[in-house]
Amino acid sequence: MSELLKLNAVETYIGQYHILQGVSLEVKKGEVTVLLGRNGAGKTTTLRTIMGLNPASKGAITYKGEDIKKLPTYLVAKKGIGYVPEDQGIFADLTVEENMKVAIQKDNQETLDRMDWILDLFPDLKKFWKKPGGLLSGGQKQMLSIARAYINNNELLLIDEPSKGLAPIVVEKVMESIIQMKEQTTIVLVEQNFMMASTIGDCFYIIDDGRTVSHGVMNQLKQDADMRRKYLGIA
Amino acid sequence: MDVLLNLSLNGLATGMLIFLLAAGLTLILGLMDVLNFAHGGLFAWGAYSGIWIYSKTGSFFIGILGAILVGFLLGILTERWIIKPVYGNHVQQILITLGLMLVLSEMLKVVWGPNQISANPPDYLVGSWEIGGVIIIKYRLFIIFVGLLVFAAVQFLLSKTKIGLVVRAGVMNKEMVQALGINIQKVFMFVFMIGAGMAALGGVLLGPYSGVIHAEMGLEFAILAFIVVVIGGMGNFKGSLLAAALVGLSGSFMAYYVPDLALAANMLLMAVVLVFRPQGLFGMKG
Repeated sequence: MSELLKLNAVETYIGQYHILQGVSLEVKKGEVTVLLGRNGAGKTTTLRTIMGLNPASKGAITYKGEDIKKLPTYLVAKKGIGYVPEDQGIFADLTVEENMKVAIQKDNQETLDRMDWILDLFPDLKKFWKKPGGLLSGGQKQMLSIARAYINNNELLLIDEPSKGLAPIVVEKVMESIIQMKEQTTIVLVEQNFMMASTIGDCFYIIDDGRTVSHGVMNQLKQDADMRRKYLGIA
Repeated sequence: MDVLLNLSLNGLATGMLIFLLAAGLTLILGLMDVLNFAHGGLFAWGAYSGIWIYSKTGSFFIGILGAILVGFLLGILTERWIIKPVYGNHVQQILITLGLMLVLSEMLKVVWGPNQISANPPDYLVGSWEIGGVIIIKYRLFIIFVGLLVFAAVQFLLSKTKIGLVVRAGVMNKEMVQALGINIQKVFMFVFMIGAGMAALGGVLLGPYSGVIHAEMGLEFAILAFIVVVIGGMGNFKGSLLAAALVGLSGSFMAYYVPDLALAANMLLMAVVLVFRPQGLFGMKG
């Protein structure tokens, strides 16, 4: 499988804090790459750096072979990278319909077909189509955020902790939807829930203190209890 | 009864002028997080340029259009050259926009001289109607009509068009708007332009209402506009209309019944709102 996204020794500052101190990773087309690590390790900052929301100060970020490190966020998104932030980024006063409309870049038949597919995947969105985004439940907000990132036929989705704060039954629903999307797109997933990460993920990168310290295929990590204990604090 | 109605009409007309200034201010503050103390300067430039064009062409309508265009142009230039370098830094924004306010006021004196200029409404808006014993001044009604028309047009833009959706989304979360592939800088410029155009419209309408225009008029109205933004809720367009009406009516009634407390009443109103509802009467918490 060909490489879609590559980070090489990326460093990022947020204010005076040196958050990423050397993150390197390769995302292959069609795979789900999971970023793992303890709280504060730099996983979210890695996604934000790819999007240009916290620009990298050093290193290289290439998407389909093109340098995107210095691009403004909106151009990174226009390259075909969808982003689902940790806080879901729902526009609370806008309805579900309006949240989707803001996201749509091309108003054509392909988008309409994709919208039908999405609404079949997330029937709750259809049910609450005219309801303000701020009134949705946590799970529905997560579904809306994922749907919004997916509506533009993005080749790469960056999804930050989709299970955070959700009830187990809702986590299962979100996980099923990501598994379905996996058939059609490449995903970089930040996830603390190892059960979810290991079910969905094809390969993993572990980030610790702002550096990638280990990577491999997911089955390898499933069998390596020592590594899980050392970097993730789980057995 | 006719006193109450006249005070109400007077208050609503003043409120509409404040609204035209405050509406742009609230969107600029809500979307761009920019404290623009120069907004009153755009209001004054609208007044001077509009009244000047009106005096040269003899058409009040062309004067209004000219003022709006001057507002659009000044808005674009201000955003590109003055505001853009200080995004995200409130202290620098306050200093640079206060400085710009002074420059805009002084430039008015350079171009049109230091004396105040008289401004009269066109013949078709002079005089009044008497309905059931109540005298209704035509020009005040005209201001209320224009204010409501502008409100309806901008409200339509915000609620029914894609750019309006983007502006509303940007007020809530501009980072997310960018992550959806939208160039927020272009949206900023558009909002600034519209806000400046509305301020300039307010300025040119004020001329015949007060009878004279002067270089410091922008600062006087900007204070009222900031009060309206706080009361209405930052970034809340509908809130700015209702708060402007409230401030206009309060000013009008207080000026009639307790003249010494006219401005203090609005300040007091703002203080009470800040204590009990810091997000403004119509703003959302957080």
